[in-house]
Amino acid sequence: MSKAGRITAFFVLLPSIVLLAIFVYGLIWGTLTTSLTDLERVAALRGLPGQFIGAENYERLVNSGLERRFRIDMVNTVFFTLSFIAACLASGLGLAVLIDQKIQFEGVFRTIFLFPMALSFVVTGVVWRWLFQQNSGLNVLPTAIGLPAGNFSWHLSQDKLFTFNWADVPNILVMVVCGLVIYFALNAYMKKKSQRAAFLAAVAFLLLMLVTFNVPNQAAPLRSEEHGFNVALFSITIAAAWQMSGYTMAMYLAGLRGISDDLREAARVDGATELGVYRHIVLPLLQPITLSAMIILGHISLKIFDLVYTIGGENPLQIDMPGLYMYFVTFRSGDYGRGAAIATIMLIMVAIVIVPYLATSLRKERN
Amino acid sequence: MAATSVPLGTTRRPAIKPGRILIYALLILFLLLFLLPVYMVIITSFKSFQEVDLSRMWQLPVSLNFESFARAWEVLAPNFANSLLLVVPATAISAIIGSLNGYVLAKWRFPGANILFPLMLFGMFIPYQAILIPLVQFLNSVCLVPNADGTCSTSLYGNIFGLILVHVVYGIPITTLIFRNYYTEVPDEMLEAGAIDGSGFWGLYWYIVLPISLPGFVVVIIWQFTQIWNEFLFGVTIAGSSAQPITAALQNLSGSQIVEWNVQMAGAFLTALPTLLVYILLGRFFIRGLLAGSIKG
Repeated sequence: MSKAGRITAFFVLLPSIVLLAIFVYGLIWGTLTTSLTDLERVAALRGLPGQFIGAENYERLVNSGLERRFRIDMVNTVFFTLSFIAACLASGLGLAVLIDQKIQFEGVFRTIFLFPMALSFVVTGVVWRWLFQQNSGLNVLPTAIGLPAGNFSWHLSQDKLFTFNWADVPNILVMVVCGLVIYFALNAYMKKKSQRAAFLAAVAFLLLMLVTFNVPNQAAPLRSEEHGFNVALFSITIAAAWQMSGYTMAMYLAGLRGISDDLREAARVDGATELGVYRHIVLPLLQPITLSAMIILGHISLKIFDLVYTIGGENPLQIDMPGLYMYFVTFRSGDYGRGAAIATIMLIMVAIVIVPYLATSLRKERN
Repeated sequence: MAATSVPLGTTRRPAIKPGRILIYALLILFLLLFLLPVYMVIITSFKSFQEVDLSRMWQLPVSLNFESFARAWEVLAPNFANSLLLVVPATAISAIIGSLNGYVLAKWRFPGANILFPLMLFGMFIPYQAILIPLVQFLNSVCLVPNADGTCSTSLYGNIFGLILVHVVYGIPITTLIFRNYYTEVPDEMLEAGAIDGSGFWGLYWYIVLPISLPGFVVVIIWQFTQIWNEFLFGVTIAGSSAQPITAALQNLSGSQIVEWNVQMAGAFLTALPTLLVYILLGRFFIRGLLAGSIKG
C-alpha cells in the first residue's frame, strides 16, 4: 500500500481520535477535577469554576451521616451485580444447552428468548413495575396451579439479608482479596508452580493475620451503620435478567456451535455419558465465554440507571444505585461537585472490570 | 441423557425419549416466562381505564378498546418524532464514520494503532455519568443562535443537534469495532490487486471495500438504531423538554399522578414498536451486532 495512502488513512482517522480524546478523556478529566470542587449548577452554567475543596466530596460520601444513601447504593450495586450475573449466566447457559439439543423450531425459541434485548430498559421497567403490584401481578400467578398467592412486596420490600456493619467493610474487602489470592495460589499449585504458590499462600496468610488483628478496620475507621442485601433488588434482578439472559444465551450458543461435534462424539465413543460430555468437554471450553459474559453483564449492572428509575421512581432507597443518585444529586439538587465524585467512583468500578478485559482480549487477538 | 441406552456406534434414535420430552417441557416453560410480560402489555393496553383492575389483572379484556393507544399516542407523538429526528441522522453519520475508521484500522495499519484502538474502545464501556457534567457545561457553552445583547438564545444544550452530536461521538467506538472486524475478514489480496492498478486510499475504498460493505452497514445501522432509540440518560439530561426522546417521555408518562396502567402499557408498546420491528425483520444481523459488542468478532 502506498505511502500517500497511509497518510490519507491517518487523516481520515484523526477526527475520530480527536473527538474521543476530547469527549471521553477530556471530559473524564473534567469530571475528576469537578469532583474536587464544590461547583453548583448556577455557577457552572455561567461558566464559573467551583472552589477547590480537595477530597471532601469523597470523604463525605464514604463517611458522612448525610450520605447514607450513597453507601446503600454501593452495597446495592455489589449485591445486584452478583445476583444479576448469576441469574443471567445460569439461565443463559441453560437455554443455550437446551437449544443446542437439535430441537425443532430452534429459530422460534431463539427469537423469543432474545427479543427483550431489542427493548429499552425504560420499557422493561414500565412493564415489570405493573407485574410487581403486590396484590396482583406475579404474586397471584401461583394460584393458577392451585397454590396460595405470594405476598412479596417486590421493589418496595424493606427486608435485608446478610446484614453487616459499614465499619467492617475494610476487613471484608481484605477478606475478599485474600480469597482471590488463595484462588490464584491453588491455581499455581495445580500448575505445579510451587514457588509462586508458596509466595501467594504467604500473602494470603499475612492478609488473614491482618484481619484477625482487626488492622484494616482500625486503619480506615468508618462509621457504624447497618447495611445488607435488600431483597427488593430481586425485582430489579428479575427484570434485568429477563432482558439480558437471551444475550447471554446467544453468547453461549455461539460458543457451543464452535465446539465440533466430532469432539463430543469421540467422548461418547469413549463411554462418556451425555452429562459427562458437558462436564468434561463442553463446560471447560465455554469458560472464556463465561468470563466475557460476566464482564459485559457486570459493566451494565454497575452503571444501571434507567431500569431502576422506571421501576422505583424518585426515592427508592432499597433499590437505589449510584447511577440514579448521581442523577438526582447533579440534576435535581444541582450539586455538580458531589455528582462528579459519585460519577468518578462509578467510572473506577467499571474501569476495574473493563480495562484488564480490553487489554487481554486485544493481546490475544494480536497473537 | 438417555444416550447410554443406545448401543454405541449407532446413530439411530428412538422416536420419543423421556429426555427429549423434558427438554421441550423446559423450553416451553421458559418460553411462557419470557412471553408473560408481552401478554400483560397486550391485554392491559386493550382495556379501558375502568377495566384495569388488580383483581382482574390477568384476565383478557372484555372487548378490544383502542382508547389507551389513542391517549398514549397523543402524549408521545411529538417525542416519537423527536426520536426519529435523532435516530436517523445519528445512525447514518455514525455508520459512515465507523466504516471509514474500520477500513483504516483493518487495512492501513500504522504504528501506534495497537495502543490507539483499545483507547478508543474504552469509550464504549464508560458509564456516561462520568462525562455528563462537563458535557452539559460544554453543550451549554456552544451557542447556535446568539441574541443581540450577546447572551445565547439557543445552545447545543436542550437541543436535538446536541443530542445527535453526543450519540455520534459515543457511537464511534462500537461502529469502528464492528466495521474493523468485518473488514479484517476481507482478504488483503483483494486490495493489493487494486493497489497495483493504481488505486489509492479512496479508490480502494470506493471500488473494492464499499461495494462489499452492505452486511456491515446493516449490522451497524441496526445496532445504532436500537441503542439510540432505547437510550435514556442523555435523553433526560441534555435533551431539554423540546427535544425529549420517547424513552424520557414514557418515563414521564408513568410518573404522572393517577397511574393509568392501560395508557402506560400502550405507551410502552408504542415505544418498543420500532426496535421490535427491526428485530423481527432483521434479527439475524441484530444478533451479529450484539456479539460484536463482546469484542470477539
